[in-house]
Amino acid sequence: MPERKKLLQVKHLKQYFTSGKSTVKAVDDVTFDIYEGETFGLVGESGSGKTTTGRSIIRLYDPTDGEIIFDGKDVSKLKSRADKREFNRKMQMIFQDPYASLNPRMTVEDIIAEGIDIHGLAKSKKERSEMVENLLETVGLNRDHASRYPHEFSGGQRQRIGIARALAVQPKFIIADEPISALDVSIQAQVVNLLKDLQEEKGLTYLFIAHDLSMVKFISDRIGVMHYGRLLEVGPADDVYDKPLHDYTKSLISAVPIPDPEIERQRHRIDYDPSIEGDDGDKVRSLHEITPGHFVRCTDDEVEMYKKKAAEYEK
Amino acid sequence: MAERILDVKNLKVDFHTYAGEVKAIRDVSFHLDKGETLAIVGESGSGKSVTTKAIIGLLANNAKVVGGEINFNGQDILKKSEKEMQSVRGKEISMIFQDPMTSLDPTMKIGQQIAEPLMKHKGMNKKDAWAKALDMLKAVGITNAEKRINDYPHQFSGGMRQRIVIAIALVCDPEILIADEPTTALDVTVQAQILDLMKEMQAKVKTSIIFITHDLGVVAGMADRVAVMYAGELLEYGTVDEVFYNPQHPYTWGLLNSMPTLASDKLESIPGTPPDLLDPPKGDPFAPRNPYAMKIDAEQKPPFFKVSDTHYAATWLLHPDAPKVTPPEEIVRRQEKYAELMAKKKD
Repeated sequence: MPERKKLLQVKHLKQYFTSGKSTVKAVDDVTFDIYEGETFGLVGESGSGKTTTGRSIIRLYDPTDGEIIFDGKDVSKLKSRADKREFNRKMQMIFQDPYASLNPRMTVEDIIAEGIDIHGLAKSKKERSEMVENLLETVGLNRDHASRYPHEFSGGQRQRIGIARALAVQPKFIIADEPISALDVSIQAQVVNLLKDLQEEKGLTYLFIAHDLSMVKFISDRIGVMHYGRLLEVGPADDVYDKPLHDYTKSLISAVPIPDPEIERQRHRIDYDPSIEGDDGDKVRSLHEITPGHFVRCTDDEVEMYKKKAAEYEK
Repeated sequence: MAERILDVKNLKVDFHTYAGEVKAIRDVSFHLDKGETLAIVGESGSGKSVTTKAIIGLLANNAKVVGGEINFNGQDILKKSEKEMQSVRGKEISMIFQDPMTSLDPTMKIGQQIAEPLMKHKGMNKKDAWAKALDMLKAVGITNAEKRINDYPHQFSGGMRQRIVIAIALVCDPEILIADEPTTALDVTVQAQILDLMKEMQAKVKTSIIFITHDLGVVAGMADRVAVMYAGELLEYGTVDEVFYNPQHPYTWGLLNSMPTLASDKLESIPGTPPDLLDPPKGDPFAPRNPYAMKIDAEQKPPFFKVSDTHYAATWLLHPDAPKVTPPEEIVRRQEKYAELMAKKKD
């Protein structure tokens, strides 16, 4: 395999929130890389820290500790306005709720063009309108939708507007935080296919955050599984889904309902005991590579056990 | 023959809005047998929630039942007054809503909330009602129930709250439980627990369930029978195996096809959006989005064609004169599996 370029490196990211005396470790020592042109899926249940991780990466939060290196630069050390601006242009976000993430008092054109204006990407009003109209077509909407307001659109259409807004500044990297979970099944497929097509066309890199494992498996090249603010398992999508190593991943996969009655009748749900990931006493856990590219969070002593597990899948 | 406890016939519901009359339910008929779970599947706006709200008498003020009947135990529910409905609701028919946060009273102890229907419907005194409430709390799997019965809803997690809602809904041994997206707001692992609990409780109290959801995975695991709704109409219904393995309506094909499955690496989407029910389409409501649509689909509404004694679908494709079409690959795969299953059953 040729050496691929790491577009994003997250190193020992910690994001703590304090309220009064208590500290919530929303993200606790998370490390992963995202290669250029791939889709990295981050899955976990509510409270696992997957959304916080995404928000810390795009600097909606100031990380408590750790490094985020994007395109070769440490994003927390960007000092000059120009550098910050460049970062904000290259990294964009698509949000979960297509109703809350579009300003109801702005026209679609102004929503999409906000980034274009800020970054001065259009030289004239005419060019600005042209860019917006092209973007609308790219995401499968009509050119004349530009003068309308968000309330005139359905959920799926609004999500397309959100995607057009993210694309407007020609980013390299897009964080999609549960972009389809508010949509109907038939519309979900439309949006996922659109994201896939855009990736191919524009060479985009995605961080796809979701709780729906089957959809994440479908769209991602690699998957990371989070729980209690920790990254428990990382690996190629098929490996994580078909040959899960961590007990939490197994329980998560065993809970995903499959639209096939025969499979459902034979479903065997695996319960998970979270104590195995706790930091009991002086045991230190970190990510260990078990099979090529497939990592699990465990102690040094547990590596052998996981290697055996991985070998069993090969039989 | 199974005992039929609910019979919905030609139900029609309109909503009055500033823009005009929205025809939300257009001639829907189905039945519910004793002890079974019927899943109603459909996208938002398909009318699945409105249908059940008509059954339990909780339609919004601007909604009006303009036709049909809902027979429950030989009586038409639609003819009952609000006062009469109050003695049906929570006692004979009860409901679980999607959001356990908003369906519990934040100012009342959960013990009180479970005991309330017992005191109201069964005339129990407070002591007996609380004793039964405690049993119920244990039955739905709340640990340390003796202590937690005095807690308030905010002291519980989402999954625990939904357990409490289930306890309230089932405490009077209702004949019908309507569950409207009961697990949509929950995490998958919690969802799996709640679904297991619902099955377990159904076996205990022998209630029939109408399960509303858009999640076909959940349907596959919960339902005995499935009804597919679209744009205020029923398009197909049958046993869970018939609908999942031998679907007939192109909309059902599209739904099953747009879910990622382990076997396929391609995701097929249904193009377009559902029709505007202010001005519902004349023919098959799915026709504008249907790649298999024929000329007649746009002109005339298809009747239900019989596939088996339990399986009906409203699509012109089942008409004897219709051309033979090949369904999407994923559906063909499912039909092959169905043939295998049927062969196994015969053995």
